[in-house]
Amino acid sequence: MKYMDEYRNATLARALARRIAQEAQAPRRYRLMEFCGGHTHAISRNGITELLPDNVDMIHGPGCPVCVLPVGRIDNAIELATRQPLTLCTYADTLRVPASRRTSLMQAKARGADIRMVYSVTDALRLAQENPARETVFFAIGFETTAPSTALAIRTAERLRLANFSVFCNHVLTPAAMAEILGAPQSCGADGGGIDGVVGPGHVSCIIGSKPYEAVAEQYRRPLVIAGFEPLDLMQTVLMLLRQINQNRHQVENEYTRAVTREGNARAQSLMAEVFELRDFFEWRGLGEIAHSAYRVRPRYGRFDAERRFGIAYRPAPDNKACKCGAILRGAKQPRECKVFGTACTPESPLGACMVSSEGACAAHYSYGRFRQMKMDRLSA
Amino acid sequence: MCLAIPALVLRRLEAEEALIDAGGVQLRVSLALVPEAAAGDYVIVHAGFALSRLDAEEALRTLALFAELQREPVAVSR
Repeated sequence: MKYMDEYRNATLARALARRIAQEAQAPRRYRLMEFCGGHTHAISRNGITELLPDNVDMIHGPGCPVCVLPVGRIDNAIELATRQPLTLCTYADTLRVPASRRTSLMQAKARGADIRMVYSVTDALRLAQENPARETVFFAIGFETTAPSTALAIRTAERLRLANFSVFCNHVLTPAAMAEILGAPQSCGADGGGIDGVVGPGHVSCIIGSKPYEAVAEQYRRPLVIAGFEPLDLMQTVLMLLRQINQNRHQVENEYTRAVTREGNARAQSLMAEVFELRDFFEWRGLGEIAHSAYRVRPRYGRFDAERRFGIAYRPAPDNKACKCGAILRGAKQPRECKVFGTACTPESPLGACMVSSEGACAAHYSYGRFRQMKMDRLSA
Repeated sequence: MCLAIPALVLRRLEAEEALIDAGGVQLRVSLALVPEAAAGDYVIVHAGFALSRLDAEEALRTLALFAELQREPVAVSR
């Protein structure tokens, strides 16, 4: 496949690994956070950490949309789908996220609620058109990657005068969460030592561009490099971050120039600005309430806002006590440090959200990383 | 969720949609966010929507940067 295979060349990867090894100056440690779950997945799958020197740590960030959605929001969706005669549509991963009282949208569906898995918000819109007598609600989650398509669906629903379509909007914003993590160094990173540099999200940045990170990098004096998703992209990004750290720079650089510009996708941005406004606060799993970190539907499009339409009221709810998702999302703990990892909590029956999506830190470690860990444990035994 | 993939635009369809090929899988996706994309372009596709058009020149430039690594003498910035 073009734009993938040529970024997977093993010889070049080894050349980059040598460069990184020369750049990494012992005894200092380099703690790099990959914010995006897609990068977490790519790093685990391609064994990138094995190519890095021991003093370069990759810390998983909170950029997995189903992982950061708090239990209370899933509870809201389950309540909506079970108490009202309606069809609730959402992305596949959302169905399996554990909610309160050991339930999930998948279980609510098994008990008879009309909950549908969709690939795209367009599918939900089509369902509403085909069933005009039935309310269809799209349970919208995701970062700036999915928010424009939700905004477009609301605009389309208005144009088609669809009276039975609405959106339960839970879209969250990357720069706000990044500022929160960099601003609370004591609670983030494995040894509380904070984060030295950030691997910036690739696909979120296709939409928002690299510009919104400039203020964050400047304020917290941390370098950020936007990365593509292939092994060579990630290796090159690590090298660029190490160079910035060694040179005491804290700039926003872009490794993923084939997809990301400084300005981003203007059409997507104007759609989001037209349909959404910032919430004062939004609760993130693991990070708590963050100001101006999520969207809600503007009053002008209020009739497409499921929160208004069905009077949804948010109530915070605790995570499973055994689950360490919160600390893992802040980069304060690794998946293997959680007692239920791989025992009570597996991708087949997840206790915590990080085990649900393939982008979740626990699911990525379960699928790929744990085998390396087992080998290392055997060697040191 | 954010696991998006590069895909080849095979042909444009009505209503800002297009038929794409993602590693052998053909899909109908929306080009509403990338209206300038044409048949033969590569786009990043995520949840049924193209998010951006891949810039062929920039892609080659990044690859050239990697290739240079093999030739360049070791120079560490410190």
